[in-house]
Amino acid sequence: MLLIQCPYCGERPEPEFTYGGQAHVARPRNPAAASDEEWTAFLYRRANTRGVHAERWRHMHGCGRFFNALRDTTTDHFLATYKVGEPPPGAPP
Amino acid sequence: MPRRMSLPFKGVGAHVLVARGPGAQHRAAMQPFSGLALLKRGLTGQRGWTPQWRSPQPKPVYDALIVGGGGHGLGTAYYLASEHRLGSVAVLEKGWIGGGNTGRNTTIIRSNYLFDESAALYDHALKLWEGLAQALNYNVMFSQRGVMMLAHTVHDMQVSKRHVHANRAAGVDNEWLTPEEAKAFCPPLNLQGLRYPVLGAALQRRGGTARHDAVAWGYARAADALGVDIIENCEVTAIRRDAAGAVEGVETTRGPIRARRVGVAAAGHTSVIMKMAGIELPLESYPLQALVSEPVKPVFPCVVMSNTIHAYISQSDKGELVIGAGTDAYTSYTQRGGLHIPSHALEAICELFPLFRRLRMLRNWGGIVDVTPDRSPIIAKTPVPGLYVNCGWGTGGFKATPGSAHVFAWTIARDDPHPINAPFTLERFREGLLIDEAAAAAVAH
Repeated sequence: MLLIQCPYCGERPEPEFTYGGQAHVARPRNPAAASDEEWTAFLYRRANTRGVHAERWRHMHGCGRFFNALRDTTTDHFLATYKVGEPPPGAPP
Repeated sequence: MPRRMSLPFKGVGAHVLVARGPGAQHRAAMQPFSGLALLKRGLTGQRGWTPQWRSPQPKPVYDALIVGGGGHGLGTAYYLASEHRLGSVAVLEKGWIGGGNTGRNTTIIRSNYLFDESAALYDHALKLWEGLAQALNYNVMFSQRGVMMLAHTVHDMQVSKRHVHANRAAGVDNEWLTPEEAKAFCPPLNLQGLRYPVLGAALQRRGGTARHDAVAWGYARAADALGVDIIENCEVTAIRRDAAGAVEGVETTRGPIRARRVGVAAAGHTSVIMKMAGIELPLESYPLQALVSEPVKPVFPCVVMSNTIHAYISQSDKGELVIGAGTDAYTSYTQRGGLHIPSHALEAICELFPLFRRLRMLRNWGGIVDVTPDRSPIIAKTPVPGLYVNCGWGTGGFKATPGSAHVFAWTIARDDPHPINAPFTLERFREGLLIDEAAAAAVAH
């Protein structure tokens, strides 16, 4: 079971959270103008990274809020958690 | 120096193993198994058995490479050699054959999927399972003991009955049982005092189990006899493409290998391999856990699955109860997961089968499964000429092994899909032609 650092509530056990998949997948800005290819990428294609993965979590049975995390998918260790709207730690500004 | 087989291959009663293609000159002599051979070895202290397949050095060039030495990959190589007579084929495995999901699943085989496309694919596999031990001259311990899927709610009953009717219309056996009939079919089943009562069950009598290791070994042995090189400890590190973008080979930890056709059957690591050719797939890789109990005498006659309270259980011929748990919530490549996942499955097992409450669990492990958005596989050509992919089997690939391998070999050999796997394209996600078994079952397969 993972221990997850909620940026709002602190460290809590995994069953309090739900997983939200890959983070920073942006919905097409003008949906009506988006091509089939852009929709496919948005809806279905995922990096499925082996290594450091940016992903969304929701503290479902806590504060209820979404946040983002960097986790190494080869060890399951969290490198960082950060609030929605913030860039991933270590990313260029 | 490659190990050599000592006895000449006779090919009696195993016509599919008689090498007739250009690979024939490479093939090693294979000791056919028979009751007489077992008796003879039994009386002489089991001496005289030789390795069942070679450990060859990789050659610089092959007609086709298969990346991934699990059941799907080995089976693909076998059908490429036996049915399509491809000259030289190699299977590249980064670890040891059958050491991934082929050796980690709960061995359940069934074909009672809702949609026609799926039923055709999985039933193709089931028909091949029925003759597999004969075809490979290897006992895969295929046992059609029946797979019973329990219904616990009104919604379950409606969905199960819809499956029963859809399957029967598609020519796939499936029948509805009352709770009493379910209990008669599986006496350990508890019908009293359940939080989620058993309201009935769907039974596929042709479903069952097989010994998963034997499937990898049987395909490996038969493919090797037809000249296929099975190269273990050989991880693919890059896919090389020519100026036109077509595949011309791979880089591996054992050196470069050239081939104009590369088929990827790498399960949870498919995204990693395909990224080497610049292809991002609609896949996410999750840990799926399973566990076995201490071995006990035969007590459990069939396979029981409950989608609603999430548990799968059967008993292996060794006597262990084989129990399937769910996937962990998050993507991972660790081949392990949280203990709360198998604990949850065991709570359901103990409620359904109270006689197992005092049984100890021996081992628990995880495998990495590649899941598509519609929970149906992708067996298809890719935008890169000469590169083919067989992936997205999610939590239920073992049951499809022979059928998947058979149609994937066809796709690679002819550069065109077999009619059975034609709907399982990569483009279906763009075109909206999903085969949505996820919505049909709403749980792991």
